[in-house]
Amino acid sequence: MGSLIEISSTMLYTAFVLYLIATFFFGATIRQKNKRTKKGISGKIGITLTIVGFLAQIVYFITRWMASGHAPVSNMFEFVTFFGMSLVLAFIVLYFIYKLDILGLFALPVAMILIAYASVFPSEIAPLVPSLQSHWLYIHVTTVGLGQAILAVSFVAALIYLIRQIDQTVRSKRTILLEIILFGLFIFVGFSVISTAFNISGYSAEFEYSFNGETVTTDYHLPPIAGPNEGSLLTGDRMEPLFDAPSWMQGVDAARKFNTLIWSVLTGLGLYGLTRLILRKRVGAAIQPFLKKAKPDMLDEISYRAVAIGFPVFTLGGLIFAAIWAQIAWDRFWGWDPKEVWALVTWFFYAAFLHLRLSRGWHGEKSAWLAVIGFAIILFNLIAVNLLLAGLHSYA
Amino acid sequence: MEKIKCECGHVNPEGTVLCEACGKPVEENQHIDGNDKRKLLNMRYDGSARRSQTYNKTIVDKIWNFFSSVKVGVWLIVLALIASGIGTIFPQEQYIPPEAPSRDPSVYYEAQHGIFGLIYYQLGFHNLYSSWWYLLLIALIGISLVICSIDRFVPLYKALKNQRPRRHKQFLNRQRLFSKTDYVTDDEKSKLVSGLKKKRYKVYEENGHILAEKGRFSRWGPYVNHIGLIIILIAALLRMTPFMYLDEYVWVREGEQKSIPGTDGEYHIENQEFILETYDEDDERFQDAIEQQGMVEKNFQTNAVIYKETGEDIAGAEPELEKVTEDEMRMNEPLKFDKYTLYQAGYQQNEFQSMSFKIHETDDPDEESLGEFTVDLTDPQDEYNLDNGFQVLVSQYYPDYELSDEGEPRSQTNYPRNPAFVFTVHPPDNEESEMSFVGIGRNVDATGENDYKLGVQDFETRYASGITVRVDHTLPFFIIGAAIFMIGVIQGMYWHHRRIWLNPEGEGLMMAGHTNKNWFGLKKDIEEIIEDTDVKMVDDQQELE
Amino acid sequence: MSQTLAKSNKQRKKKNRLIFRTIVLAVLLVAVIYALVSNFTQDQAEVSAGTQAPDFKLEQINANNESESIQLSDFEGKGVMLNFWGTWCEPCEDEMPYMESLYPEYKEKGVEIIAVNLDTTKFVVDRFIDKYDLTFPVPYDSNSEVMNAYQVEPLPTTFFIKPDGEINEVVEGGLTLDRIEEHLQEIQPDQ
Repeated sequence: MGSLIEISSTMLYTAFVLYLIATFFFGATIRQKNKRTKKGISGKIGITLTIVGFLAQIVYFITRWMASGHAPVSNMFEFVTFFGMSLVLAFIVLYFIYKLDILGLFALPVAMILIAYASVFPSEIAPLVPSLQSHWLYIHVTTVGLGQAILAVSFVAALIYLIRQIDQTVRSKRTILLEIILFGLFIFVGFSVISTAFNISGYSAEFEYSFNGETVTTDYHLPPIAGPNEGSLLTGDRMEPLFDAPSWMQGVDAARKFNTLIWSVLTGLGLYGLTRLILRKRVGAAIQPFLKKAKPDMLDEISYRAVAIGFPVFTLGGLIFAAIWAQIAWDRFWGWDPKEVWALVTWFFYAAFLHLRLSRGWHGEKSAWLAVIGFAIILFNLIAVNLLLAGLHSYA
Repeated sequence: MEKIKCECGHVNPEGTVLCEACGKPVEENQHIDGNDKRKLLNMRYDGSARRSQTYNKTIVDKIWNFFSSVKVGVWLIVLALIASGIGTIFPQEQYIPPEAPSRDPSVYYEAQHGIFGLIYYQLGFHNLYSSWWYLLLIALIGISLVICSIDRFVPLYKALKNQRPRRHKQFLNRQRLFSKTDYVTDDEKSKLVSGLKKKRYKVYEENGHILAEKGRFSRWGPYVNHIGLIIILIAALLRMTPFMYLDEYVWVREGEQKSIPGTDGEYHIENQEFILETYDEDDERFQDAIEQQGMVEKNFQTNAVIYKETGEDIAGAEPELEKVTEDEMRMNEPLKFDKYTLYQAGYQQNEFQSMSFKIHETDDPDEESLGEFTVDLTDPQDEYNLDNGFQVLVSQYYPDYELSDEGEPRSQTNYPRNPAFVFTVHPPDNEESEMSFVGIGRNVDATGENDYKLGVQDFETRYASGITVRVDHTLPFFIIGAAIFMIGVIQGMYWHHRRIWLNPEGEGLMMAGHTNKNWFGLKKDIEEIIEDTDVKMVDDQQELE
Repeated sequence: MSQTLAKSNKQRKKKNRLIFRTIVLAVLLVAVIYALVSNFTQDQAEVSAGTQAPDFKLEQINANNESESIQLSDFEGKGVMLNFWGTWCEPCEDEMPYMESLYPEYKEKGVEIIAVNLDTTKFVVDRFIDKYDLTFPVPYDSNSEVMNAYQVEPLPTTFFIKPDGEINEVVEGGLTLDRIEEHLQEIQPDQ
């Protein structure tokens, strides 16, 4: 049993490293002078490594399933990892349709950011509570994960499109927005970096505070910038919080999550500032020259195609399968739980995206901005709804 | 209402963007698709006249045209999206956590979320999804859905049905994919045709003019999925009639038999046993997790028996019961009978089933038992006669004891959550009777001079099982609607409508291609078709820079 | 000639289109109104003023009253004050003495007071009846069937039923002596 879990985590690690190496090979394709018909060797190595990495991650998935007795999609760690894996799969499929190397250079890092983000959550194998003991868990969650991952590829293509197309010679609203999006990615990296750093150092500070009239404790793994509202520090020899989290933050462990958010933003800011300092120009402007070879209408088409493929999958998993399961487990197929509502919001959004594109002719840049917003909604549903808003899905 | 006569002789209805017969752009109508300044043609709905954009006379027409606009539809979707999001800022009324100090919404929102909570509550956002305006928003989307579909389906259907292979030159060279080859042999032409057929295009020919088409059925996808959505909305409408939908909740305690609400007293449920299981903390797999987060529930279930009343149909009348079914009911495994479905929704373990007491001498340090008795809390007796001659009278029983504001003992609820008794003890040798007040953690001597003392020796608790009762005759409609929606969406998204026109031009050939998506795939098709010929590859006239 | 034909043809088409659009819009409008109205009235109970009171039959447990059981239909021709209560419910307790004080007088006048009890044990009900010396019938609804039939939610809830069996008024929450008397007068049969 123990060895299975070990194999499983080794494989996940292996996959991560392979994705990293593959990214470099995809990066190397930029410098190649390949012709349309002849593919460069770097790209071939890149996609091969990606596939091997994906297979390694499949092994992770299967061995973890064997070890726990249930499909590893039942908590935040497992789901986000699965999301990353699906993103790689969606990338591989679209790569073979469009043979676009540059897509790998962006899709794989996004997948890696997701896996790194997942690894910060508790990765112990947890038993399933009664409501999760259903085959619909696997059917619903995997379909949602896959649908969202395909939609994420749309974001990746749109991001490349925007970096390539937006005029970087002058500062404008668009360049600022693009920098904000890129900074968002830095925050994710910042979160993983800072959490891992303090995890290794074994930092822990316990607080006591009042929650819904009861005294509860919470364990901080990052030094408290924001402490619980009117909380008191129990662990000696630790810094006192700089300020208390505002009292209207009412979720479970809201203050701790708020503190983590502050740390992530600060670290992201640090990393971003450092990058800007080294590059001496906007990050978008620094990347732009490398993307000259990518054809904008190809990117536009991939972004749209990914939505066209992902939208039905997402509808099936996130709304229809979700409803079927909810009917069986909770006696109603729709209950306006925050997670459900945000799945509906996502669905509405992509429905609007498709109508704008098909009927109102929103192509190119407009469509790309929409794809970015769509991914932001997906991330919001994945992160904010689970962590900040209470609801039936807050176990994950 | 002027008809438009094209130079090819075809008479088009007003509002036509591209001639129905030859495809020649109707110059003065290009603005309809916002395409008056572009080189490439806008092929939306194949340039057919959408009725809504042409007439605007009566009020009915005006309303119709308003809803027929996709722009309005998208706005409605965006509004619904924003409204839905707002509803998740704070919990909806039904999701106010049970452990909250006050679950009264007029108190809860302000107490928990301050001024924003108060505003949220006062705007009625705590019941947003059942508010009249949210409902209206969804209804408007439904109307837009119906009218948009009607207005677009008919003209598009006609346009695609009456397509002719021979197209106007302007139609061809203003397509996104276009090429002109100056000299093409008949042999090459037949190669092209066989190439198209091999790629499973349907080839139509008219005097050497060729139209090759495939995947037309994908164009109906949007209309099919909209029909699915309309069915879903109709199902939601049906659900509002009580006849189609029932939702009740009932608590049944272990050993208790209750009439099932919503069944008109026809059915009863008996809770024979409630079982709660947790995961074994020694289980190797889950050890770490259980250590971290504490005990994890594995299963809770009610072993229930369902009875049907067969006697006369009067509520309460001594029922003659006939067993219908006996089953275990757990989460994800609801119990079904007749048209009803029962769901294991929750449980409570805060009630006592029975309590046993013993009598001992007040000043006995060992508290040696002089007699014991057990009170069944579901049916307390007036008196208990003990073996050794003691007699205990039950003077008062408070199932859920509390001291009222006036300092009087009373019961807070109907259920034995905090049982307390006033006992009168008659000792065997006819000594004076003594009063005691006994409860959980309470033992008060009325006079302070009692010789005998009563103590709680043991107790049993019982579970109350929370069960949802459902009838939902609308489910089949939802299922059909969802299935049709999925079929439509897949049909529209996973197939592509591709068209290639080959029209002779002198000795040569004009080739144009159009698709609604996946241009890359169409180009690949054309590349393969023109292989082995000298026909020029099409130019993509829209390449973005 | 052909021009006028074309013209009338056009006009007919236009008329047909108008009729079609009007019908579609009317159907949609009806659906929307139906949705809004049923959403608005969803919470309203089916057992309400103006409807017929459902019949029931229950064991009577007040030792001070001679009836063995109570069946509502036996009281046809009389007004009935049907009260749902529990011993633990304070406002129920408050109105019991008022009901008791009015009972003898109105029984003479042809109005019966029936207080359906919803406690889980008869024991507490017995003690309660002793405490207030209640004499009106107290049917015992042990499995909540009658409560379900009347869709009672808060306690106390009181139904004032006219001699013909139609519900005159439903009152949720406690009542004062005066209010009870007012309601009783309303359902008193004509002499």
